[in-house]
Amino acid sequence: MSTPQIVMQAKGLVKRYGQVTALDGADFELRAGEILAVIGDNGAGKSSLIKCLSGATIPDEGEIQLDGKPIHFKSPIDARQAGIETVYQDLAVAPAMTIAENLFLGRELRRSGLLGALGFIDKKKMLEESISRMNDLKVGIRSMTQAVETLSGGQRQCVAVGRAAAFAQHVVIMDEPTAALGVKEGNMVLELICRVRDKGLPVVLISHNMPHVFEVADRIHIARLGKRAAVVNPKKISMSDTVAVMTGAKSVTDLPEDALAH
Amino acid sequence: MNTLKAKLPPMGTLGPAIALVLACAFFTFQHENFLTLRNFSLILQQVMVVGTIAIGQTLIILTAGIDLSCGMVMALGSIVMTKFAADYGLSAPVAILCGIAATTFFGLVNGLLVTRVKLPPFIVTLGTLNIAFAITQLYSHAQTITNIPEGMSLLGDTFGLGGARVAYGVVLMLALYLAIWVWLRDTAQGRHVYAVGNNPEATRLTGISTEKVLLGVYVLAGVFYGIASTLAVARTGAGDPNAGQTENLDAITAVVLGGTSLFGGRGIILGSLVGALIVGVFRNGLTLMGVPSVYQVLVTGILVILAVATDQMSRKGAR
Repeated sequence: MSTPQIVMQAKGLVKRYGQVTALDGADFELRAGEILAVIGDNGAGKSSLIKCLSGATIPDEGEIQLDGKPIHFKSPIDARQAGIETVYQDLAVAPAMTIAENLFLGRELRRSGLLGALGFIDKKKMLEESISRMNDLKVGIRSMTQAVETLSGGQRQCVAVGRAAAFAQHVVIMDEPTAALGVKEGNMVLELICRVRDKGLPVVLISHNMPHVFEVADRIHIARLGKRAAVVNPKKISMSDTVAVMTGAKSVTDLPEDALAH
Repeated sequence: MNTLKAKLPPMGTLGPAIALVLACAFFTFQHENFLTLRNFSLILQQVMVVGTIAIGQTLIILTAGIDLSCGMVMALGSIVMTKFAADYGLSAPVAILCGIAATTFFGLVNGLLVTRVKLPPFIVTLGTLNIAFAITQLYSHAQTITNIPEGMSLLGDTFGLGGARVAYGVVLMLALYLAIWVWLRDTAQGRHVYAVGNNPEATRLTGISTEKVLLGVYVLAGVFYGIASTLAVARTGAGDPNAGQTENLDAITAVVLGGTSLFGGRGIILGSLVGALIVGVFRNGLTLMGVPSVYQVLVTGILVILAVATDQMSRKGAR
């Protein structure tokens, strides 16, 4: 078997907040075409790790590589420009604006010629593109010209995920995308996440919801005490063993060899 | 049934227009001189200052802010332009530009305090309201400035249009409304104004500089207040240090009556024009009926509370 291609990698990340060391030499590795779940107890360094990867915070030490090249994000905008899109838990959309407008917010398509130079937007083209991109992801929304506030929570999150998937060149990071949703709505978003992966985009999924993680993840990164405790294979390990490693009740060395995902 | 409802414009856009028609109908029954071309030309002239201030106010309210200083800043602009012309013998266009520069500077100060120091717009503009008022009084020595060049009253001149007399300033105000309407609707910058008012955090995360949008809106509002100063001077033929006191609340009333939500992100600029007309019709109609002006203040107060209550309730309905 050939070694899988590594899209994003981090080595020895350290992040301190005053007296608190949130990241204490954490490693990270994301492969092409996979859903990598990141789990960890509160204070395990999970969100600090994700903030470093998405440009929301700058690590004190360590190196992050994207496609083998070192990167230094100073803001989430830098990360976006490098092709990394992040979906946030709290439904980051503008409710009174249409779906098409939300998809293109901040990167509106301009009209050609003088009108475009004056900042005029091409609503027709944005609408057509929205329809085709959402169709690609099989997001069943009847009209792209309806306001986002007319949608259910799950549909709104699908718009946010769809936006990220439509514009990400390299990586989609999803921070608790199903946490605010009910069971049915959550499943709708999970299915969409799988379709994003099937389109070839690697996904980093941060979640507290173990059934969700085991349903969609290809590998599970377990964060503990500011480090990466292990990367496990959800097909070869039980949910309770995973939680045991996460909480420190079980040591990684106690796990069977094939439970680890290398 | 459903399709008919979908085809009609939503109540938020239609409501102000219905209110305007009802107000007109009421005053038509109250006074025979109300529904005349001559009176409507007059209402439009009376509305042009408030209407122009309301453009700037709408932009700010769309970002979920508010500008309590608008009328006072407008008064300061009219004093600066008339006094510069009277004291330094500046030509009308140069003096007008100086006045607009003064109001734009106030817009910039408001904007910087809101974006950089992160103070709430309500408090910032409550402060600049008083500062602008004090500077206006001090600089003018509380005297009306009447010896102004002829060119400064040009926009107050009228031309005949089918029996009505229309002021050039009214045409300018209508043109500004159309321009801003198109800008808000069809340009990226215009859409970003709505986005900032809708969900500032989501807007920032998409890479839009919300600070730049906000600062731009406050500065632009200052420019509109300056144009309103010019119109006020043109209409009265003088720089009045006590101007702007009724315009201050009237402009906010006009915007809210016009259906723009005080919570930001929702509203149509043309609604503010309708709102300004509603305020103008009430003031004009009550004057025709011989109602003392203090009751006009009372009615404006009631109108703004009614409009805000409607906004609040319609938002609850949408949830």
